[in-house]
Amino acid sequence: MIINHPLLGPRDSSEFTYRGDAVLLNRPDPNSESLLNDYYEYQYIRNNTHGFMKELWFHEQGDRSWLVVTRNTLTHEIIKVELASEYKRENK
Amino acid sequence: MILVNYDKILKFQFNGKHYEGYEGDTLASALLRENVKVVGRSFKYHRPRGIFGSGSEEPNALVKLEGSNTHEPNRRATSIKLYDGLKANSQNYIGNVKFDILALNDYIHPFISAGFYYKTFMWPKSFWEKVYEPIIRRAAGLGTLSTEPDPDRYDKGYLHCELLIVGSGPAGLKMALDASRNGKKVILVDEDFIMGGQLLSNEIDINGSSSLQWVEQTLSELRNSSNVRIMTRTSVYGVYDHGIYGALETVTDEIERPGARQILWRIYANKSVLASGATERPIAFPNNDRPGVMLASAVQTYNKRFDVKCGDNISLFTNNSGANLSKISNLIDTRDGSHIVNVHGRNLIRSITLNSGKKINSDCLAVSGGWNPNLQLTCHKRGRPKWNEKLSCFVPDNSNLPNNMYVIGSANGSFSTQSVFNDVSDLSEQLGYRITEKIKTEDNPLNLKPFWFVKSKKRSWVDFQNDVTVKDITLAHQEGFSSVEHVKRYTTLGMATDQGKTSNVIGLAVLADATNKTIPETGTTIFRPPYTPISIGAFAGAHKGKHFKPIRLTPSHEFASENGATFVDTGYWKRAQWFSQDKEVTWRDSVDREVLMTRNSVGICDVSTLGKIDIQGKDAGKFLNKIYINTFSTLKVGKCRYGLMLREDGIAMDDGTSARLSETHYIMTTTTAKAGSVYSHLEFCRQVLFPNMDVHIISTTDQWAQFSIAGPNARNLLSKIIDPSFNISNETFPYMACAEITICSGVRARIFRLSFSGELAYEISVPSRYGDALIRKLISAGKEFNVTMYGTEALGVMRIEKGHAAGNELDGRNTPVNLGLSGLMAKKKDYIGKTLSSREKLSGNETMVGFLSVNPSDKLTNGSHFVNIGDKILPENDQGHMSSVAYSPILERYIGIGFLKNGKDRYDETLKAIDFLQNNHVEVKVVSPHFIDPNGDRLRA
Amino acid sequence: MTYSALKIFKEALTGHKGWKPVWRKSIAQNSYDIIIIGGGGHGLATAFYLAKQFKQKKIAVLEKGWVGGGNVGRNTTIIRSNYMLNKNQAFYEFSLKLWERIEKDINYNAMVSQRGIINLFHSDAQRDSYIRRGNTMRIHGTDAILLNQDEVKKKYPFLNYDNARFPIKGGLWQPRGGTVRHDAVAWGYAHAADKYGVDIIENCEVVGFDIANGKCLGVKTNKGNIKANKIGVAVAGNSSKVMNMAGMRLPIESHVLQAFVSEGLKPILPGVITYGAGHFYVSQSDKGGLVFGGDIDGYNSYAQRGNLPVVEDVCEGGVSLMPMIGKARLLRMWGGIMDMSMDGSPIIDKTHISGLYFNGGWCYGGFKATPASGYSFAHLLATDTHHEVAKNYTLDRFKSGLTIDEKGQGAQPNLH
Repeated sequence: MIINHPLLGPRDSSEFTYRGDAVLLNRPDPNSESLLNDYYEYQYIRNNTHGFMKELWFHEQGDRSWLVVTRNTLTHEIIKVELASEYKRENK
Repeated sequence: MILVNYDKILKFQFNGKHYEGYEGDTLASALLRENVKVVGRSFKYHRPRGIFGSGSEEPNALVKLEGSNTHEPNRRATSIKLYDGLKANSQNYIGNVKFDILALNDYIHPFISAGFYYKTFMWPKSFWEKVYEPIIRRAAGLGTLSTEPDPDRYDKGYLHCELLIVGSGPAGLKMALDASRNGKKVILVDEDFIMGGQLLSNEIDINGSSSLQWVEQTLSELRNSSNVRIMTRTSVYGVYDHGIYGALETVTDEIERPGARQILWRIYANKSVLASGATERPIAFPNNDRPGVMLASAVQTYNKRFDVKCGDNISLFTNNSGANLSKISNLIDTRDGSHIVNVHGRNLIRSITLNSGKKINSDCLAVSGGWNPNLQLTCHKRGRPKWNEKLSCFVPDNSNLPNNMYVIGSANGSFSTQSVFNDVSDLSEQLGYRITEKIKTEDNPLNLKPFWFVKSKKRSWVDFQNDVTVKDITLAHQEGFSSVEHVKRYTTLGMATDQGKTSNVIGLAVLADATNKTIPETGTTIFRPPYTPISIGAFAGAHKGKHFKPIRLTPSHEFASENGATFVDTGYWKRAQWFSQDKEVTWRDSVDREVLMTRNSVGICDVSTLGKIDIQGKDAGKFLNKIYINTFSTLKVGKCRYGLMLREDGIAMDDGTSARLSETHYIMTTTTAKAGSVYSHLEFCRQVLFPNMDVHIISTTDQWAQFSIAGPNARNLLSKIIDPSFNISNETFPYMACAEITICSGVRARIFRLSFSGELAYEISVPSRYGDALIRKLISAGKEFNVTMYGTEALGVMRIEKGHAAGNELDGRNTPVNLGLSGLMAKKKDYIGKTLSSREKLSGNETMVGFLSVNPSDKLTNGSHFVNIGDKILPENDQGHMSSVAYSPILERYIGIGFLKNGKDRYDETLKAIDFLQNNHVEVKVVSPHFIDPNGDRLRA
Repeated sequence: MTYSALKIFKEALTGHKGWKPVWRKSIAQNSYDIIIIGGGGHGLATAFYLAKQFKQKKIAVLEKGWVGGGNVGRNTTIIRSNYMLNKNQAFYEFSLKLWERIEKDINYNAMVSQRGIINLFHSDAQRDSYIRRGNTMRIHGTDAILLNQDEVKKKYPFLNYDNARFPIKGGLWQPRGGTVRHDAVAWGYAHAADKYGVDIIENCEVVGFDIANGKCLGVKTNKGNIKANKIGVAVAGNSSKVMNMAGMRLPIESHVLQAFVSEGLKPILPGVITYGAGHFYVSQSDKGGLVFGGDIDGYNSYAQRGNLPVVEDVCEGGVSLMPMIGKARLLRMWGGIMDMSMDGSPIIDKTHISGLYFNGGWCYGGFKATPASGYSFAHLLATDTHHEVAKNYTLDRFKSGLTIDEKGQGAQPNLH
């Protein structure tokens, strides 16, 4: 696969390591009422999407950016690649 | 048209006999010219087999290609380019290839029909593994693999282009020409060693030139275009995501020749054009596998290109107009209602019986059952082809091709040469190329009337190599295996080394007939990579043997090598495990000495492999508060603190110390094993979880050489190299202090008063380039204190004596509670893992404790499990396990650390440690894991 | 139809006219006592044990494609019971014991071949963890033997001992480990379940559940609605997709695992070898192909195909371990969809919906579990209680903290 890094351009996926669903961006509020359940869902429960999903890739053999990649799990097609930090700030 | 060079004779051996061929030959063409008819044996029935095809579709002519110490099995004679000195042998026989004892199987064939083994060999039970299976296994397989290491070199390469063209027949060549003239960066590949494809064996007129002239003109222009790369003997074996294509280039077939034998290319292409042509398919009829029965196109190729006559008396059996053999004695055309009912002759056909009852003599039977487009690559991303009723073949389905792939020519079902060129014109127009040249050539449409197999009580072969007959397929259907995938798996149809190139579609037709369905209703099997079998060695490339993975060397590596070090692999690092001195016989002699010398005076260990992460920014302290379970924002500048970090699930991830060099600057150390994963975790926290914190991090593991200096004389030794303006007395530089200093007259250094061993100890780091000099300096300065180097073993002994958890304890399953570190867990702040660590059952009831053998001379062994005295050794009585063991030269006995149910409450209890594997069951006493200096007086000294 | 050597002999002499389908082609009825979704190894085994062991009647297996078309038909065929954690070892040892009598149970030769499995170690730390593991095995009554380098050499003289980046120091050997002909497992269970009257319905895709008031009453399929008292889901690889129709989200990600077969070769490898310094394990099939695999690709995927970096990684491991296989050729490679659970262990449990039961999360170890998975899922479906060996494979363990993490990697599926 090729991931089109927003700063570095197209890069082979073997430069990256994979973390999983980008729901991991949304670490629950430590002051939540339903703290334990929130963290249980955050840590363990996944949509396991058929089709396009947002997911986290780490450019470990590169600039060490965490990226949010929008990729189709049926075809592997990638339609969007964003820096995780910017994505998070924009989607707060 | 002849493309062999009679002036260049190549000598070769086959089955021990000497032969000659010419430059331009394949092994197959040379064997045919030399009249060698039986080349191999089939898989199951061991029937004699001859050469059947002329390319990668060959199912029969598999040979063993010999090298001096090793060999390569299962090579198709049709794709070995003949070279001088070639030696090859037949395979899969006992006796000789013309008289194979295992051909007995052919006579008992009714008893070993498809899937027979599933239904028997079940009684008596033990007979399957002891008797039946060994017999089946021995009979299985084709060639033998040498047990000698593969001596050959395989290179890897990466190429980029705008247009990758697969196949160099009329479609590929013309496409390359158009793209090249339009300035595109083109790669043109073909698996053959000469470009031209079918034009090399068919004499047709192209724009007034002969086909060969046209090929040569075109190639000459392409060769002179700087934007075109031409790759012969290169097979595109797979299509992968985002325009990545796998290709294998065969540089030479010779074994153990200098240089690379094969090159595995990864080609990154914006677009690709599949112009891979079509493969002729046979017709199934009784005894159609006999030597002398060949594909018509192969007979044609051997005749035209290689100047080889496949027989003196050639018959053609066909259902179509495509086979245009020149000199045939008999034509059997199913379109006229005639077909073959049997073939006679064992090692070579003698005669043929027709449905009319007529028997004709023939020593070569050319067969053409139509053409299958080579569309395998279109399916590698799980697209399925569609059935073309008119052409009676599967053609690519343009709606599900891999992205940016186009298929033209006969691969697309365009079977006349004119239609091939028309495909190119259309595609060039579609791609916006200006078309430079119209081509006028042969335009005979294929006239074909489907005829797949002859119905007969005799066996007619569908898959030659695996001996799958029409009957096997109908039997499979009878037993309920009517899905294509079931038939394939039950009969092994299409699973041989030719990947069913000639058999798959006929198999489908037989199945369709049995099920009374049409072929498209019956289905198609999916094609997966590789298109042709690829050497495992080519995939591995140079990453094998000692070069399997990189090697990382510590700054003191050279010094350690000079001083008797034995190295141990820790991840990619080579670390000194111990240092042997004169008279030391066993490793324990060295390790015990290193421990005692360190504890009695001073020892030095290279700890540069520990992860070192630089953390800076206004929020650095706040950031570390999130990472560690204990608080770091309150750490004073100039101090270090031990920290434990968790995964979000509440399990210990790693431990280490972090030092605060300034208000905004921390240095974290991690364990060697986790240096990489902790760093990526920190980046995850920084970028993904807390992007608004003002903090930056960078790994500096490789930038700093770091040594631990431990023992009562550590301060005395260090004082000798520290520049005089710095003071490391216990008062000014107490336990857990840190500072940036200079040593050896101005060399920048960092010093941390940390102790893993439990001794008065420091860690000192200097830029890596000074590492070697520093170790030499420390050793010479330490002579007066009888300094020793110590390795990872002594390090391990001392940390177990001290009761520190390490990798064996931080194994990804233990919580701070299990590790006895729950006291560190901050109550008020949030940190990674805080919430989920509070799950009620997460920690279970195992805690880390120490163990001593009841009898001091008993040895403890790591990996033992514990049971209570008197309990049976049963899973439900398992009380825990031993995780670390060492011989303590200070205590003069074995000591261990482990996890025990309710361990903390069981000090002084006696248990049995069970080690079946090393046959070492010993009684042990539960003790505190802190075996020496539990109050820490020594490290604060 | 009962199979025997005599039957083969008779059929051979009479032109094989008497063979009947290995299992009937059934048409779905309107209602069943128990429906199993998924006609793979686990689903068919469940149906078989339900009928035979637990005397249940009116059972149907619904398969969206063809029997055995999922992971049971695309794996590396290894069986073993060499786990470190008690909770796993009990289950897999039970499974191995069922494998050892499977021919008798199902009257079909699945070619269980216990030629031994060896897990190589390359460092002291790795040896110690294998000793811990081996002792777990022995405590469970399983066979486990620690071999030193010389003993490994005796068994496998052609491995790379001298020129290795990570030299082989020894191995943990389980003589009873081995391989099974994977397709035959599906066919054999189908054959045996059919004999007990189980309806096996192919090309029948479940498209929804009929759930009312917290109770599952039946399934909606492309062939119509079918009622059932109990419904068991055994569709590993697609668990999330199917359970999502019941409104459930799972602690599972679907990943692609590639596997590889070489061209047929004369026997050279007696047993199964697992490399300890790279991602590579290998055995040789009865047909002669080297069957090997390595790590998952590492990203979520339902595509049933992988990419080149893993192919190269696996082959690098292979050639490093067995330098001779450079000259063998890779014939086929394919990808299967793995239900990667959040702790690397499976789930066999009831759900919060009455009548709906779940079996999945097998990661890449589902094949060897087939008999025990079927048996214990049948136990749960028939008795509404967990079978002793599978009682820890619950859905709520992630919430309670009783995760079963053999690799110690936590909630990151691609590291298990």
